[in-house]
Amino acid sequence: MKFTFFHLMPYRPLDMAERHKHRAAWVVLPNTLYDPKKGAEEYHAYIDQLAHAEELGFDVIAVNEHHQTAYGLMPAPNLIASALIQRTSKAKIAILGRALPLVNNPINIAEEFAMLDNLSKGRIITGFVRGIGNEYHATGINPSFSHERFQEAHDLIVAAWTRPGPFAFEGEHYNLRYVNLWPRPYQQPHPPIWIPSMGSSETIKWAASPERKYTFLVTFSGRDLVARYLNLYREQAKEFGYEASGDQLGWASPVYVADTDARAQEEARAGMETLFNDFLAVPWEMLMPPGYTSLSSMKNTMRMRKALGAKKRHSLEELMASGTVVVGSPRTVRDELSKLRDATGANNLVTMLQFGVLDNEHTRRNMELFAAEVMPHLRD
Amino acid sequence: MPVNEQRHKVRDVSVRVWRSGKGTPLVYLHGAAGFPGWLPFFEQLAAKYDVLVPEHPGFGKSDNPAWIRNVGDVAMYYLDFLDGLGAERVHLVGHSLGGWIAAELAVRNTGRLATLSLIAPAGVRVKGVPSGDNFIWSPEELAKNLFHDQAFAERMLAQPLSEEDADLALTNRFMAAKLGWEPRWFNPALERWLHRIDVPTLVLWGADDKLMPVKYAEVWRARVPQVSVETIPQCGHLPHIEKAEATAGKLLGFLARRP
Repeated sequence: MKFTFFHLMPYRPLDMAERHKHRAAWVVLPNTLYDPKKGAEEYHAYIDQLAHAEELGFDVIAVNEHHQTAYGLMPAPNLIASALIQRTSKAKIAILGRALPLVNNPINIAEEFAMLDNLSKGRIITGFVRGIGNEYHATGINPSFSHERFQEAHDLIVAAWTRPGPFAFEGEHYNLRYVNLWPRPYQQPHPPIWIPSMGSSETIKWAASPERKYTFLVTFSGRDLVARYLNLYREQAKEFGYEASGDQLGWASPVYVADTDARAQEEARAGMETLFNDFLAVPWEMLMPPGYTSLSSMKNTMRMRKALGAKKRHSLEELMASGTVVVGSPRTVRDELSKLRDATGANNLVTMLQFGVLDNEHTRRNMELFAAEVMPHLRD
Repeated sequence: MPVNEQRHKVRDVSVRVWRSGKGTPLVYLHGAAGFPGWLPFFEQLAAKYDVLVPEHPGFGKSDNPAWIRNVGDVAMYYLDFLDGLGAERVHLVGHSLGGWIAAELAVRNTGRLATLSLIAPAGVRVKGVPSGDNFIWSPEELAKNLFHDQAFAERMLAQPLSEEDADLALTNRFMAAKLGWEPRWFNPALERWLHRIDVPTLVLWGADDKLMPVKYAEVWRARVPQVSVETIPQCGHLPHIEKAEATAGKLLGFLARRP
């Protein structure tokens, strides 16, 4: 397997009592709750962790984009990627991902990725996402056109990377007389594209199609859903007439390792529970703005939600039971991860070893134990 | 008065229409929540007029053609709709989103309009006075913010939706977002064309509207040439429901003074 060390960069000093006076840690949480002195320390600690991951042998270090939230402090992930290029020399650097529909000129994204690819001499992995529903409240972009804008922006960016310029791009949302990228990407024909997704069948089919074969990552899902979506991708590839390789498949999961199961659970609890209940949890209206998914999938989700009943806090035990997080001794973690690898054939594991309020010291221990006691056993 | 539900097709788009009464046609364009049901308000209008309440393209069970992407498209659709009615002129009434559509139609062409009546219309804004964020509100907040008299909100929340009604409400919410998400509930260009509305115009507003602030009435008062503006005290965003008698009375009074 290949290992990615992924970071959300949450704002850990968040006053949780204040946070729960607001509907979410997103969009409407007053930014007076952000203390720049503490926030600056967070950036430094997190960049150190990402750089340390390379020393520990992770193949990829990864950042991501979210807006107007304490959940993640990277509205501009390419800035962090640029800093990481200077701090590292071997690891690939993945931006998982940029939210394409949220920008009004996707050329900006094509340009920045091309710059990073040159600066790093080809160590960049790009990720294309739509952003989660909250982002459509934060940016004002109409969720009704999210899918259209994603497709069109993707087509424009890939064309900008691969077609000799200048050329004209004529779309519904984006119209440019001159597309002529300086610099062109370092990797040819273009940097790898990964698609992190909660797993809609349309996205899976699109990512798996032979002209793309993009690496598909299932994020923040229980083990059954991870297996189902990754196998859907495999089946889809077969329908397209080819066998999907393990490199095209991966999943992302928060992981915590300590010497015993009991100790791991004790040390991970606050981090995992704050991640899901305080940082990530948002009301339905924020997460699922109308048009963000198709009408039929929204109807299904609403029925499921009605059946599940009122929202409550997720305990660490529930998160572990569903396989949404993996916590335990090295042996427990190895077993859990290798089971899912064997069930899916996926070759990419995107680990989140800092999560929620987990402090720097425990993050470091978690990273080092994972690298020493788990990673070698799952390597090819 | 019997109400007739029918489908009305113009070019490639078929919509549901509820119709009742006799006389000059009065076309009512509904708000973002969709067809509100056949209200006592419509009954009062149907005593004097041939009332037609179409369900907008994309809402409920009306067709949702891919080419309708913004309020301007809906306005052009309704110009075709009015041409297809076989009437020389109609009284056009619109509430909220429907008021915005009616105004977009009127700045394009008032040839089919006898009068224009707008109830808490969307379409313009006043800087510093934002509209309510109905897309972030929970169902409870929405109900509360739609009414002045909270007894209406409580009644609304006490009625559980059937599965079919919940699906229709979601369909309506999808189309409303397509038309009104960004810029939220207004078209920056509309205000500068309002002088083109050259028919008698009535603007009605609930004095306690938490979704479309009554302050917006000032823009219509300043820009539409033959306008009268009336506010309804102790009333929220749905005057035709919360103050049905008073709203119908003011509207019928306005219409009676016109041919």
